[in-house]
Amino acid sequence: MATAPVSHPDPHGHGHHQPGFVEKYLWSTDHKMIAMQYMFTGMAMALIGGFFAYTFRMQIAFPGVDVPGFGLVAANEYNQLITSHGAIMIFWVAMPVLIAAFGNFLIPLMIGCDDMVFPKLNRLSYQIFLLSVVVLIASFFVTGGAFAGAWTMYPPLSTKAEYGLAPLGATLFVVAVALEFVAFLMGGINFVTTAMNSRAPGMRMYDIPIVIWMIVVASILFMASVGPLIAGAIMMLFDQNLGTAFFNPDKGGDPILWQHLFWFFGHPEVYVVLLPAVGIVAEIITVMSRKKMFAYRTVLYTTFGTGVLSFMVWAHHQFIAGIDPRMANIFTITTLLISIPIAEMMFVFIATLYGGSITLNTPMLWALSFIATFLIGGVTGIFLGASGADIYLHDTYFVLAHFHYTFFPIAIIGTFAGVTFWFPKMFGRMMNETLGKIHFWGTIIAFNCIFIPLFVLGAAGQHRRIFDYSMFPQLMRPELRHIDQFATVSLLLMLSFQVVFLYNFAHSLFRGPKAPKNPWDSNTLEWTADSPPPHGNWPVLPTVYRGPYEYSTPGRDKDFWPQDEQH
Amino acid sequence: MSASPIATTRTTAGMPTGRLAVWWVIASEIVIFGGLLGSYIMFRLSHDAFAEHAAHTNTWIGAINTLVLLTSSLFAVLGHKAADAGDGPKAAKFLYLTALGGVIFAGIKFGYEWPHEIALGYTISSNTFWSFYYTAAGIHAAHVVAGVIIMLIIAPRAKRNFDLHRVELIGLYWHFVDVVWIFLFPLLYIAK
Amino acid sequence: MSHDDHAHALGHPSSEPGYEEHTHHGNYVKIWAILVVLLVVSVAGPFLEIQVVTLITAFGIAVVKAYLVVKNFMHINVAPRYVGYLIATTLMFMLLFFAGAAPDVMKSTGTNWKKPAWVAAHEAALHDDGGAAGHGDAAHH
Repeated sequence: MATAPVSHPDPHGHGHHQPGFVEKYLWSTDHKMIAMQYMFTGMAMALIGGFFAYTFRMQIAFPGVDVPGFGLVAANEYNQLITSHGAIMIFWVAMPVLIAAFGNFLIPLMIGCDDMVFPKLNRLSYQIFLLSVVVLIASFFVTGGAFAGAWTMYPPLSTKAEYGLAPLGATLFVVAVALEFVAFLMGGINFVTTAMNSRAPGMRMYDIPIVIWMIVVASILFMASVGPLIAGAIMMLFDQNLGTAFFNPDKGGDPILWQHLFWFFGHPEVYVVLLPAVGIVAEIITVMSRKKMFAYRTVLYTTFGTGVLSFMVWAHHQFIAGIDPRMANIFTITTLLISIPIAEMMFVFIATLYGGSITLNTPMLWALSFIATFLIGGVTGIFLGASGADIYLHDTYFVLAHFHYTFFPIAIIGTFAGVTFWFPKMFGRMMNETLGKIHFWGTIIAFNCIFIPLFVLGAAGQHRRIFDYSMFPQLMRPELRHIDQFATVSLLLMLSFQVVFLYNFAHSLFRGPKAPKNPWDSNTLEWTADSPPPHGNWPVLPTVYRGPYEYSTPGRDKDFWPQDEQH
Repeated sequence: MSASPIATTRTTAGMPTGRLAVWWVIASEIVIFGGLLGSYIMFRLSHDAFAEHAAHTNTWIGAINTLVLLTSSLFAVLGHKAADAGDGPKAAKFLYLTALGGVIFAGIKFGYEWPHEIALGYTISSNTFWSFYYTAAGIHAAHVVAGVIIMLIIAPRAKRNFDLHRVELIGLYWHFVDVVWIFLFPLLYIAK
Repeated sequence: MSHDDHAHALGHPSSEPGYEEHTHHGNYVKIWAILVVLLVVSVAGPFLEIQVVTLITAFGIAVVKAYLVVKNFMHINVAPRYVGYLIATTLMFMLLFFAGAAPDVMKSTGTNWKKPAWVAAHEAALHDDGGAAGHGDAAHH
C-alpha cells in the first residue's frame, strides 16, 4: 500500500457534456478558470490604475496642461485620481492577482488535488469580487463624483460633507472595499482549508512548496487582521449615512480610532501581498539556479515570524497623528525588528543563488530584480520606521517613493515573474523570450527613473497630495521641477513598455509554440500535469515522495527529481 | 454529492473539510466582533456618561433573549447528536426548534425592544453609547438572521438524511453567535 | 529531507475515513441548566449594588458561560489542538489591538489635539463630583 499511487476515477472526465461558453468561462467552478478570471480582472484594473497615475503625474509635472486622453485635471479630480489609484492598485490589482489568481491556480496544482475544497464558494467569491469592481467603477460616475479622501479613508475627509465628502461616492467606495473583503475572506478560508486538508498522499508539512506556505500564511494574516476594519467600515457607513459620530470628536467620537482600525489591517495587508510575491520569487530562483533551496525550514519559520510581527507594527503609520509618544517608541522598535526576517529571506535567496548554475531567462530576471528593488524599499523603510526621522519625512515624496519601492516589486514585478514563469502551465504555450527581456529592461529601468528622483524630491521637502505646486514657490524651484518632469517622462516610458508585454501575452496566448509538460525542469507537482491542465488536473492524482527542491542531487542522471517520482 | 471534488473528501489536517472551514469562519468573525467590542470598551472606560445611558437599556429583555439563545444552542447541539446517530428527521426537528429560537430572538429585538427604545428617543444617532448599542446588537442580529436562513435551507435536506454533517456545521456557527451574545449581554445591559 | 524520511509517510488513501471520530455526546440538558443558573446569577448580581460584585457576576460569569458553550457544545476539546491555538491567537490579536489603540483612544487630549466632546464630558463629570475627584478618577466609574 505504501508504494501504490492512489487511484481515483476522475469524477468529471466521463459523462460530462461539452460545456458552453458561459459555463466554461463565466460560471465555471474550476479553480484554474477562476484564477484566470481574477487575473484578467486584476490586469484590467491595473490598466485603469496606471491610466490614473499617468493623468495625475502629468498634472504634477506640467500643471494646468490639457492631459491627452483626459483633459484638464481639476483640484478635486486630482484627489479622486490619487485616491482611486491607491485603492485600485492595492485592493483590486495586488490582492486579486497575487493572492486570488496565483492562490487559486497554484494551490490545488502544487499540493496535488483536483480542485479547491469548496468550488462553488470559490465561484461566489469571484462574483462578489466582480460586484465590488462594479460598485467601485459606479462610484466614479455618481453625482458628487468619486471619493476623494485618499485610499486610507481618514475621517473627517471621509465623513464630513464640508471637507469635500462626495456623499454617494464615499459610501459606494466603502461598500466596494467591504465587498472586496468579503470576497477575499471566502477565498482565504478556501485556500487555507484546501492547503491544510487536501494535500496529496505523502506530502507532509515540509514537502509543501514555499509559495503555497506563503499564500496560506498571507490568507491567515488577512483573515485575522481584516475584522476590525470590517467593523470600522460598518461604523463609517453609519457615520456617513445614519448620523452616528463614531469618528467625530465634536460629538463624542474619535478619528484616531479609525486610523487604528484601518492600520491594524493596513499593515498586515502589506505582508498579505508581499508574502505570495516572495514565494513566487523563491520558486523561480530555486528552479533557475538548479540548486536545493537554501534553508527551506528557516524560510518557513521566518514567514511565521513575519506574520506575527506584522501585527505589532501598525501605528508607525500614525507617528504624526498625535499618538502617545510612548507607543511611538514601542512601534519604532517593532518596526525595525520586522526588517530582520525580511532581510533574512533576501539573504536566503542570495545563498540559494550562490554556486548555482543560473539560467537568466525572463522569469529569473524578474525574480532577481524583485530582490534588488525590494531591498531599496526595505532600506528606506528603516528611515521611516524610526519615529524621529518619520516626523520630517512623513507625507513627503520620500514616503511615496518608499512604498512604491515595496509595492511595485510586490504587485508588478512579482506578478510578471509569476506570469512569465507559469504562463506555459496556464495556457499551454511558451512566451517570447526576446520580447520578454525587452519588456523587462524597459520596465525596470524606467521604474527606477521614476522613483529614485522622487526620493530626492521628498528629502528636499516636497509634499504629497498637493495638486499644484505653483502656490508653493519654494517647491517650484526649477531644479525640483525638472526632477518632477523627469519622473513623469519616465512613467510615460514605463507605461509604453507595457504594450510590449500585452502584445507578447496576447500573441503567445494564441500563436506561441506549444509548451511541454515541464519546460523549466521543475520538481513541483503542477509541472507533472498537462499544459494546460484539464478539468480535474490529473487523470490519477499524484502521490508525493520527497520535498519540492531536490535539484542537482548527486548520483542522478537528471538534475531534478520531481516530487511524484518514486525513484 | 458526486459533484464535489476529491479535494473536499481529503482530511490531511485530521478534521472534515467543512468543520475545519467553519472554525476558520469563526476565527475571522472573532476579529470582526473583537474590533467592534474593543472600540466600545475603550469608549466605555473613558466615558462615565455611558453608565447613565446604559441604565436605559432593558435588562429583562436582554436576559430573556439570552435565555432564548442559550436554549436554541441546546437544540442545536441535540440536533448534532441526532445527526451523528443518523436520525435525519429528529435532527431536522431540532434544527427547526433552533431556528425558532432565532426567530423569537429577532422578533423580540426588532418587534419590541428597538421600537420601544426608539419611541423613547434613544436612536442610533443619539450619542456614541447608543451608536455602539445599535451597531453591535445589529451586527449580531444579522448573524442570527443569517443563521436562521441557513438552518431553514439545511433542515429539509437533513430530514431526508442528506448532508447530515451540515447539522453540526450550522450548530458550530450558532454556538459562536450564542457566545458573542453572552459577552454582548453584560457589555450592553448589565454594566451600568 | 532525504528519501528515507518519506518512506513511512506514504499512503493514506484519501478515502480512508480516519476522521470519522464520533463526538462524545454528554448530558447537554445539564450543561444548559448550569448556563441558565449562571444567567440568573449574572442578572441578580447588580441588585447587590456593589460594583465589584457586578463586574464579577457580569464578566466573570460571561467567561464561564462562554467556556461551557465552547467546550461542551462546540466540542473544542476533541477538535485537533490547533483549533484551540487558532482561537487563542485571534483573541491575543484583539488584546494587542486594544493595547495599541487604547492609549490614544481613551485620552481626551494629546499632542496638538483634543476631542472637544470628551473634554466637555470630563469637565462635567468633575463638576458633578464638586471638583473633589481628580482627573484620574474620571477614567474610572
